[in-house]
Amino acid sequence: MAGVEARAPQAEDTELLGPGPAPSPRAIVRARRRRAAARAWAEYRRNPTGMIGLAILVLFVAVALLTPLFVPASELDVTKATGVPFSPPSAEYPLGTDESGRSVLALTLWGSRVSLLVGFLATVISVLIGSVVGIVAGHRGRWTDSVLMRITDWFLVIPFLPLAIVLATILGPSLANIAFVIGITSWPGTARIVRAQALAVSARPYIDRARALGAGDWHLITRHILPNTVPLIFANTVLIVAVAILSETTLAFLGLGDPLRVSWGSMLDAAFSHGAASIGAWWYLVPPGLCILLVVLAFTMCGQALEAVLNPRLRGR
Amino acid sequence: MATAAARSFGLTAAHRRIGGKLLGAVLSLAFVLVFNFFLFRVLPGDPAKNLTRNRLVPAEQVEAVRESFGLGKPLPQQFAAYVRDTLSGDLGISYKYRRPVSDVIAERIGPTVLLVGLSTILSIIIGLYIGIRGAWGRGSVFDRMSLGASLALYAMPEFWLGILLLIAFGVGVGPLPGLFPTGGMSTPGTDMSSLAGVLDVAMHLFLPCLTLTLAYLAEYALVMRSSLLDELGEDYLVTARAKGLRDALVLRRHAVPNALLPTTTLIFLNLGFVVSGAITIETVFSWPGLGLLSYEALSTPDYPLLQGVFLLFSAAVIVANVLADLLYSYLDPRVRTG
Repeated sequence: MAGVEARAPQAEDTELLGPGPAPSPRAIVRARRRRAAARAWAEYRRNPTGMIGLAILVLFVAVALLTPLFVPASELDVTKATGVPFSPPSAEYPLGTDESGRSVLALTLWGSRVSLLVGFLATVISVLIGSVVGIVAGHRGRWTDSVLMRITDWFLVIPFLPLAIVLATILGPSLANIAFVIGITSWPGTARIVRAQALAVSARPYIDRARALGAGDWHLITRHILPNTVPLIFANTVLIVAVAILSETTLAFLGLGDPLRVSWGSMLDAAFSHGAASIGAWWYLVPPGLCILLVVLAFTMCGQALEAVLNPRLRGR
Repeated sequence: MATAAARSFGLTAAHRRIGGKLLGAVLSLAFVLVFNFFLFRVLPGDPAKNLTRNRLVPAEQVEAVRESFGLGKPLPQQFAAYVRDTLSGDLGISYKYRRPVSDVIAERIGPTVLLVGLSTILSIIIGLYIGIRGAWGRGSVFDRMSLGASLALYAMPEFWLGILLLIAFGVGVGPLPGLFPTGGMSTPGTDMSSLAGVLDVAMHLFLPCLTLTLAYLAEYALVMRSSLLDELGEDYLVTARAKGLRDALVLRRHAVPNALLPTTTLIFLNLGFVVSGAITIETVFSWPGLGLLSYEALSTPDYPLLQGVFLLFSAAVIVANVLADLLYSYLDPRVRTG
């Protein structure tokens, strides 16, 4: 593991860093981290599920980034819509039109941006809170641990969707609020996992040694505990993005999404509340739902592959 | 061999554990109350203003609302009054229905328990069957198909599945007519106590129930499959087979009972979500339960109603958690004595 202290360069380090003056400890650590990452990547590449998931994700992220270059934002403007409302797929509108005559294809492409953005933002918030709480609780122990875990358990126990609905209703609908609400309601799982790992690392003898040498909490956490926890956090993060995107969809469907921006969830909300289901306008409902399904599935596949790589106990499942 | 002393020690340890769990549950509930109080009275600013947002309301009515919230009093007094009211079942008056929140909630519990309860039972039965068959024939066509289907069901928004089923079987596709009603719980004017009335409700129940069953069963199938796979590697199964037991018996008598443990806990944990589990599905099918009520409350927004529904949902999950814990310590002796 990268956090292991070793002042003397080992054989494979010199091999990697080349001959010359003795490298600094930092350079050694960096080289070892690079090597560990390369090993993990080689292992990941052998996992077909993970690679398929990754390919789907790369595709979706590319589409989200490139959409503004190919589809002008004016296509989303209701006042400039030229199509007949609710017309089925045609040569001009490959995926038909929505209730105000806009192209469903353009909406779906633009929707990917907000759905992915909210998913990533919420995940960053969630993982930050979860990691900080988990590491502090696991490392400090005693009453800090008890109090933090009490709060974590409370968030674990409270039903997620009602809590998110209550918060979103009170804060009001906006992109930042939705991301915040999802982030603040989805961190306890991460906190639990990180705490368990932080506890395990804190109990290792070299931590005692570092402490005896005068290392403070900050040094111990950033140099030893965090590097040993990051792989776990990473695998967990990928799974949280999937949950966050699904949550955004659900909240947006309930009308709590940003009213000024198009996301896959808000498309489903608009489609359903304008009666797309009762007139059988499947072309309006299928594309956003299918995109959500694919992206969430892809994140789940990547997350499981990562867990298999980083947690050897799961190998061969 | 356990001596009498060890046994009595085990008992007290178990009691202490249960006591701790109960205390934790009470604390969680208290936390919900505090959370509810602050969230709904402090965060959104003036509740009286919120009530009148976007509406023309006479000044004396705003004053009446402010009075009913006790907004003139200091915060600790407001909180004491709030706790007293809540504990005595007074959840306030719904803005939308102009009736006590507790009454509005009470009439909606039945339909939700019927819908979610039935879906839960069906999804447990089907999910466990799929999980067991999948793990036993690991890598078979059935296993791979069911695993893929479970992951896909897990990845799709359940309300989207509901809408698609609604189009396919409720509205009808192309020349095919819709087979089932598209919303509500019964056709207006049907006598609910007659056989025709029961059949009518069953027809209305079919699509939302199918959607929820599909949405839930993926989780049960995945958990059952993975815990059975864990058991299949254990030595005692080799012993059982070496004794000459048939495969079916090894599975039924030895592997499945042990693998059921994590699934049972999951089932009990999920029971807490029976009242809150169908917010989007009830919205899609206009099923008149607590889920649709939450949707109405958030789109008004009707704060007292939302607050009451949230309190009920949280309490249900907290109670189910305690039950799951107690059941787990009863089922698993390692937890009981450990």
